[in-house]
Amino acid sequence: MVGVGIGSLGIIAIISVFIGAAVTIQTAFQLINPIIPKNVVGSIARDSTILEFSPTISALVLAGRVGSSMASQIGTMRVTEQIDALEIMGVNAPGYLISPKIIAGVTMIPLLVIVSVLLGFTGGYIACSVSSEVTTSDFISGLSDGFNPVIVTVCLVKSLAFGFIITSICSYQGFYTSGGALEVGQAATRGVVYSCVMILFFDLIISRMFL
Amino acid sequence: MIEIKDIHKTFGENDVLKGISAVFKPGINNLIIGGSGSGKTTLLKCIVGLHEPTKGEVIFNGENFTQMNFEQRVPIRTHIGMLFQNSALFDSMSVEENIMFPLNLFTEMSKSEKLDRANFCLKRVNLEGKNKLFPSELSGGMKKRVGIARAISMQPKYLFVDEPNSGLDPKTSILIDDLINELTEEYKITTVIVTHDMNSVMGIGEHIIFLHNGEKWWEGSNHEIAHTDNKELNDFVFASKFMRAARAKL
Repeated sequence: MVGVGIGSLGIIAIISVFIGAAVTIQTAFQLINPIIPKNVVGSIARDSTILEFSPTISALVLAGRVGSSMASQIGTMRVTEQIDALEIMGVNAPGYLISPKIIAGVTMIPLLVIVSVLLGFTGGYIACSVSSEVTTSDFISGLSDGFNPVIVTVCLVKSLAFGFIITSICSYQGFYTSGGALEVGQAATRGVVYSCVMILFFDLIISRMFL
Repeated sequence: MIEIKDIHKTFGENDVLKGISAVFKPGINNLIIGGSGSGKTTLLKCIVGLHEPTKGEVIFNGENFTQMNFEQRVPIRTHIGMLFQNSALFDSMSVEENIMFPLNLFTEMSKSEKLDRANFCLKRVNLEGKNKLFPSELSGGMKKRVGIARAISMQPKYLFVDEPNSGLDPKTSILIDDLINELTEEYKITTVIVTHDMNSVMGIGEHIIFLHNGEKWWEGSNHEIAHTDNKELNDFVFASKFMRAARAKL
C-alpha cells in the first residue's frame, strides 16, 4: 500500500497540477467571448478533471509506474524459483502474492485520484492567478456552479476499476513468466500495454454506463 | 519413505520422463544423476508436486501424493524441505525472516520460540549471528546454507536438494555435501539430491539413480558405480581424465 500510494504521490501531484493548469488555460483560450460567462471555464475544467483527466491519466501513469514494478517483482520471483519455494511450503502463491497487491490497488488508486482532482483544481487556480483571461474568483465560482454529484461517482468507479485492472493484469503477467531476465522485462511491458488498453476500454464503458 | 511408480512426463511432443520407478529410503542420501537434459530436475519437480506427472504415482509414506488436491497436499508439504539450485531465498526478507517464514505460516510457536528455532538452524549450518543480513549480502555458499537452514526449520521428514554444488568452489561444495549428509543421518530424513557433481556422487551417494534420455538406466551405490559395465553410466561418470585416472588406481 505504501509503494502504490505514498510512492506514487509525487508523480501524481506533478502531472495533476500541470494538467489542471493546462486544461484551464486551453478552455479559457477557446471560450473567452463576451456572451459566455467567464465562470464556465471553471465548470468545464472541473468536469474534465473529475471525469477524465484525473482518473484516466493517473491510471495510465500508474500502469507504467506501479504495474511494471509489480510485474517485474513477481516475474523475478518466478524465474528465481521463489514462487516454487512458496508452493513447496504449501503456500497458495497467487493468493499470497497477488491478493495484497489488488487490495492495495483498489484502495490506494481511488485515494490518489481524489488527491489528483484536488491538485488539478489547484493547478487551474494557479493558471488563473498568473493569467489575465479568467479571474480566480470566476474560476472558483465555476467549480461549484451546476455541480452534478454523479461525476464524482463516475470518477470513483473508474478509479476503482482501473486499480483492479492495473494490479490484476500486471500481477498475472509477472506470475506466469518463464525464462530469465529478458522474459521478466517482456512480462512487465506486456502488463503495462494490456493495462493501458483495458483502462481506455473501461473508461469508455463506464462513461457510457453512467452518463 | 518415498516411492515413485512409473512416472511419465510429457511437454507437448517431448517425452521427458519415460516410466521411472524407484524407492527412496529415509536416513540415506538418494542421488538422482544424469547428463544435462536427462530429466533429473523434471523428476524432482514431479516428486514435490511442482510438475504434475503425465502418468504414474508419487507415494509419501503410503499416501498417494499425485491423487491429492492442493489443500490435501498441505499437511505433507509442511514435512517437505527443499533447497533450490539458486537457493530461492526471499529477497525482501532477512536471513532470520527467511528461516522463520514457514514457522510463521504453519506453527503456533511464540515469537521467541521461532527466533530460538531460527538461531538453532543457523547454528546448525555455521551461520550464527548472520540473522539480520539480506540475501543480496550473502555469498553463494552462504545462500545455500541459509537455504538449508530454511529447509530444516520445520524439521522435515523429506529433504529435496536441486544441484547443491552448482556455482560453488570445491571446498564449499564438500561442506554443503557434508552438511546435507549429517542432517540426513541425524534426523533420519528421506533426502533426494539431484546432482551431476562427481565429488558428491562418490562422497555421499549411498543410493544412486542414473537417468539417461528420461529413463532409469542404472541404480546402485557409490561403491558399485566404479565397477559397472554400463556404457552410458561410464561415459558420464568417467568423462574427465581425473576420474579415469582415479578408476585406474582402484
